[in-house]
Amino acid sequence: MTDTFLDVKGLTIDIPVGGGTLHAVRGIDFELKRGEVLCIVGESGSGKSLTSLALMGLLGRRIKVRAERMDFDGTALLDASPRQMRSLRGARMSMIFQEPMTSLNPAYTIGDQLMEAMLLHRDVSRAEARARAVDLLEKVGITAAASRLGQYPHQLSGGLRQRVMIAMALMCGPELIIADEPTTALDVTIQAQILRLLVDLVREMGMAMILITHDLGVVARVADKVAVMYAGELVETGLAADVFRAPMHPYTRGLLRCIPQPGKSRRGEPLGTIRGIVPSLVGEVSGCVFRTRCDEAVAACRGTIPQHWPGDGHAFRCVHASGARIAEQEGA
Amino acid sequence: MLDAAKTPPALELRNITKTYTVKQGLIGKRRPLTAVRDVSLKLEKGEVLGLVGESGCGKSTLAKILLGLEPPTSGEVLVDGQALGVQDRLALARRIQPIFQDPYSSLNPRKSIADIVSLPLRIHGIGDAASQQKAVRDMLDVVGLPPRVMNTFPSQMSGGQRQRVAIARALIMKPEIVICDEPTSALDVSVQSQILNLLGDLRAEFGLTYLFISHNLAVVEHLATRVAVMYLGRIVEDVSSDDLFDASAHPYTQALLQSVLTPEPGLGVPDTQLGMAYPNPIDPPSGCGFHPRCRHATNLCSAQAPRPVPHRDGHVECHLHDPETAMFGTD
Repeated sequence: MTDTFLDVKGLTIDIPVGGGTLHAVRGIDFELKRGEVLCIVGESGSGKSLTSLALMGLLGRRIKVRAERMDFDGTALLDASPRQMRSLRGARMSMIFQEPMTSLNPAYTIGDQLMEAMLLHRDVSRAEARARAVDLLEKVGITAAASRLGQYPHQLSGGLRQRVMIAMALMCGPELIIADEPTTALDVTIQAQILRLLVDLVREMGMAMILITHDLGVVARVADKVAVMYAGELVETGLAADVFRAPMHPYTRGLLRCIPQPGKSRRGEPLGTIRGIVPSLVGEVSGCVFRTRCDEAVAACRGTIPQHWPGDGHAFRCVHASGARIAEQEGA
Repeated sequence: MLDAAKTPPALELRNITKTYTVKQGLIGKRRPLTAVRDVSLKLEKGEVLGLVGESGCGKSTLAKILLGLEPPTSGEVLVDGQALGVQDRLALARRIQPIFQDPYSSLNPRKSIADIVSLPLRIHGIGDAASQQKAVRDMLDVVGLPPRVMNTFPSQMSGGQRQRVAIARALIMKPEIVICDEPTSALDVSVQSQILNLLGDLRAEFGLTYLFISHNLAVVEHLATRVAVMYLGRIVEDVSSDDLFDASAHPYTQALLQSVLTPEPGLGVPDTQLGMAYPNPIDPPSGCGFHPRCRHATNLCSAQAPRPVPHRDGHVECHLHDPETAMFGTD
């Protein structure tokens, strides 16, 4: 069961805006095997959420999604009919959203919302769906699970709501889970619990997960594979161990310098920064998008950016092939 | 430690309690909710005190009391050793200024940046229009914004720029104390580091004293000289930052430290063994508020609230560390 079952190549998302086209995502590639966790990390506006919505087929018709290939277990997602997509969504691929406050319907009980997808997709009775709901609520660590089914979202705390969202995503036993910043709104203590839970469930049930986050700490602890996204492009991809041990792209390295690390970054000393702001992606985008903020930028950054492969599966796009040289200087 | 008789703390809280009355449901009974419970805290001049705790622990309530936005139910706030009553709000505002969490909602969208930053000067009647404009321009320069932003509006700015505006507004009164309530949690990491560096530089330049409220212990550890850990309305431990990682005593502090996810691959997600959710402050647990989540809890912990005992150069509230009750040893 180690075959690639999600295969994305050249995914491009264009959004028509007043006076032009916003090239939000430009030609990104990634693939995923069963049992793997891929983290897409990037800052706001990098296109990471759009990517996940495109996979789920949840972008409006106005937004143009193109790809050479976007296959989910042999199904070409871009050619699938709305009916086919509906039968995939919630059943074989499901999504956990960031805000458990707004993505649960306040007017329905937890039980109704949990059971809805299963009653829709699977040939089960209400009693069976109910039993599955109780089972999963217990699995995600909710006490008195049966009595929670009759409760409404407002009666639960943020951490509990996020657990309900996770249980809901698992109801039909999906093969792929896409979690978009699932712990950003939560306290650090709850965050650790929810992440542990998600990773354990992925391993136990043999699912694959795409976790979208801006938190490099979360990525390092959870991911098998990492894709660093900046302004609509994947600037660096690879195994988490490789990317964190030897980050190659100036953006990845910059991000890692920005975060205070207890015990490592000296207290009171200035943290690293990335100067400037994300460029506008409206109109023609060429060359390296990071060059306006990059300390290593040279004239060649305006041209075509080559891809380098410093290791097995580890790739980055930069005009400087010798990322390691700069990393060494930093370590000195 | 500074001699309290000679140099009073910049800010001191004495036995502050804040109780709200909340109604549960439409026909529910009114019940008291104690958000802050008999808290005493000192903020020495030039210090950066980090205040950490989960949502609902009362840290923002404490900030509101310090800013004079909420009167405490009981207890007193002392600034430079002098008690402050309700009538002194304007005087208090000259010395203590806030920086709030969300720069998207803390700036008036209808006012230009110059209006927003100069508002404190106008309220306090300091200087004429020309000198106020100059003060604004100077202050924007200090926080790293070009003069041309003066006539722009918050909607034209990024999150990081807005937070710089909020910092400029807070500093234009030349306050002594700045209360930063989660100042970077709405920002991207690359912007967060810029703002943290700026706050560090400004502290050195103006000799500021900070109360830095955050749930992110890594951020607090980076900036703070002392850390106070809050749980269910109590400061359960206060410890110097140097001791935080090696010598913090409270099991809750340790769980918070464990929850910090550093970018080190291969370590996995830590198991904090905190069990389930944060308790409802309307129905706080008996005895030690932390006992239902504490792996060291004993019968004593559910029966009797621990008292504050000195630990290193701070204090801790835990039966494990109270010589009179710690008959079972630690760990």
